[in-house]
Amino acid sequence: MKRYFRELSVLGALLVVLIGLALFAPAFFAPQPLLSLVTREAPTLVVACGMACIIITRQIDISVGSMFSVCSVCAGLLAARGWPLALVLPASVGLGALFGVFNGFLVAVLRLPSIVVTLATMVTLRQGLNLVRQGEFVNLPDRVQWFGLSQTEGQLVLVSTALGLLVTLALAMRHVAAGRYIYAVGTDAEAARLAGIRPQLVTMLVFVLIGALTGLGAMMNLAQSPQVQPLTGNGLELKVIAAVVVGGVAISGGRGNLWGAFAGLLLLACVSPALTHLHVEAYWEKAVHGAIILLAVIADGLRSRQSNR
Amino acid sequence: MSSPLLALRQVVKNYGGVRALRGVDFDLRAGEVHALLGENGAGKSTLIKIVTGAHAPDGGTITIAGQLIAELTPAISRSLGIACIYQQPALFPDLTVAENLALRLDATTVHARVDWTARRARATALLARIGAAISPDAEVRSLSMPEQQLVEIACALGSGARIVIMDEPTASLTQKEQHLLYAVVHDLRKNGVGVIYISHRLEEIFALADRVTVLRDGQSVGTHALADINEAGLIRLMVGREVAQVYPAAQSAPGATVLSLQGVGCNASGVHDVSFEVRAGEIFGLGGLVGAGRTELARILFGLTPADYGQIKLAGETLELSSPQEAVSHGIAYVPEDRRRHGVVLELPLEQNITMAIHRRLFPTTWLSFNAERALALDYIRDLAVKCAGPDAPGGSLSGGNQQKVALARWLATRPKLLILDEPTQGVDIGAKTEIHKIIRRLAHEGLAVILISSDLPEVIGMSDRIGVMAHGTLRAILPGGSDPHTVMAAALGTAA
Repeated sequence: MKRYFRELSVLGALLVVLIGLALFAPAFFAPQPLLSLVTREAPTLVVACGMACIIITRQIDISVGSMFSVCSVCAGLLAARGWPLALVLPASVGLGALFGVFNGFLVAVLRLPSIVVTLATMVTLRQGLNLVRQGEFVNLPDRVQWFGLSQTEGQLVLVSTALGLLVTLALAMRHVAAGRYIYAVGTDAEAARLAGIRPQLVTMLVFVLIGALTGLGAMMNLAQSPQVQPLTGNGLELKVIAAVVVGGVAISGGRGNLWGAFAGLLLLACVSPALTHLHVEAYWEKAVHGAIILLAVIADGLRSRQSNR
Repeated sequence: MSSPLLALRQVVKNYGGVRALRGVDFDLRAGEVHALLGENGAGKSTLIKIVTGAHAPDGGTITIAGQLIAELTPAISRSLGIACIYQQPALFPDLTVAENLALRLDATTVHARVDWTARRARATALLARIGAAISPDAEVRSLSMPEQQLVEIACALGSGARIVIMDEPTASLTQKEQHLLYAVVHDLRKNGVGVIYISHRLEEIFALADRVTVLRDGQSVGTHALADINEAGLIRLMVGREVAQVYPAAQSAPGATVLSLQGVGCNASGVHDVSFEVRAGEIFGLGGLVGAGRTELARILFGLTPADYGQIKLAGETLELSSPQEAVSHGIAYVPEDRRRHGVVLELPLEQNITMAIHRRLFPTTWLSFNAERALALDYIRDLAVKCAGPDAPGGSLSGGNQQKVALARWLATRPKLLILDEPTQGVDIGAKTEIHKIIRRLAHEGLAVILISSDLPEVIGMSDRIGVMAHGTLRAILPGGSDPHTVMAAALGTAA
């Protein structure tokens, strides 16, 4: 169990928060508000899965927030034009994957640093969206919200989609050759190359993966409200990176897993409702987030110093 | 006679269990060029590191200009007038030549005003003194490797060094630049500087040096005035040992030709016109000195630096190897030299290290069963007698010899036709070395064609069925296994002894 110590300690912290809430604010566990909270985090979880993969590859993608916004608005416009959802969904995923191809090409083939490339795509997409849409909201037809199902049914569909994806990807990272490539490339790209793996191809495909997952997340977000606001993805990148790092994925690549990222996301997501229920001002949310991230990073730092000794 | 500039007495240095220096005596007089000669791994670099203060000796004394030195750090060494010119110059590539010289030579405080005129003037003067046509305003990045070396030499001169160490200074120089360098060395000697000169080129040593000390297995086997010794004598000193270890004997006649090279070369890596054949069940040794082009040749065969010309045939099929993936899919396996960086991923568990190279043979979405993976790993751990806590122990927890076995297992799992081993026993203790030798011989016996690159002369002679000796990027000779070490060394040095 020593190997999963990091993931288990995040899980432990999450349990402590949940027990605290059960004792001091049992209202938190009322089924409908809890389901709504979890549903709101479902798109974030999908993007976080992609982010975990990309950080394990020793890359980063900070353009997810902008991609998310653009995919949301485009999907919304298509839906408003009367496209059936069965076509809007692949369109959104495909658009995200296309952005991923672009980022991945620049990073893997032209060997540019991913932080600069995705910073550029982040700014370009965000400002491009502003320019074209002027901040206008997209009103969605009724059939889009909750996919035309009842609210509870729709929420259950979204949550189970996100969880299903998490389980699939987490198992794939361990049990499928492609997942192993990702770890190998993230630990040592040159060693992976000497073992016959193509690091460039792997990097490229991971960027496509995170793009596609972001497109899917956008779609899952779209289904939760009657309209799309164009700033919907702002700040998503920070939230997702924070969740992944808190969950024990090493920013230096090659270490960590999706379960940890999941636990990290839940821990961060619990902060806001916990503060509300404990009657602390909501302004503290970001401060608490910051403290959790710092704590996680310090724990990693101490651990790697220990193992170097 | 006055006391020597530098005197080492009974210097000992151990790295872990490896005894790099076992009591070496070395003298350097003022105004002398003292050559240091020895095989790879004989202890030359270690000796230099001790004199420059990079590593502290485990025993013995160092006397500089008659003064016993208690502690030598790089800073103290420099302040005592010791300068070292490395093969790979350690300059700041984005700064100009004048700035680089100033950074090395000026001990200024952070708020001191920078006198650009004086800096440039000094740089010009120093460069003129060694006859180098380099502008002091040139960025170091834009200079060629030999030009950078000349800047290093200017630096050594400017610091008023009394002891200058040159580590293979002519390895990358053209003929003209070499003569420039020789002139600088003569100039240094005339000014009473002591020069320690390391080189594999015997003719150079005879032309330049006054005395020579030969190191072998971490010991000095003699210091001679060059007037008193000839090339054959030097080679005898360098090799001079019996092949003490017992190597497993060849057990069967080699089978069909597996690999054949016809005039293969690559301009980028300096390999040219290499032709040889390796047959199934045969161990083909590649001997030579560091920088002779052996690893570069292996990288060509593994598709890492594709050949520019020539023909490579594997089992009769002509191959265009332009990536490791192609090499692997044709049944070529390469266990690289830098085991800790490239052979074994230290963070990953053994089982994943072992199965790393076979995953690419599977469809990328194939489900990997943990049990099957573990069973495979356990098979190899047992077969190669890897000493480890278990298949889930990280690669970094193993000793060097066991890491090498894991690197080997990774490639055996791909069931290759041709196995290229690059320095498989470097830094491995003697027990594990014997085990690895037995494994290699057994693999050959099972029908594998093996290319064994080794700088360990007895190993390459004892293990190989045939030995290809490389020098200056090409194959100089193919000798039978068990050849006289002197013949092999002479071929590696490029002389006709």
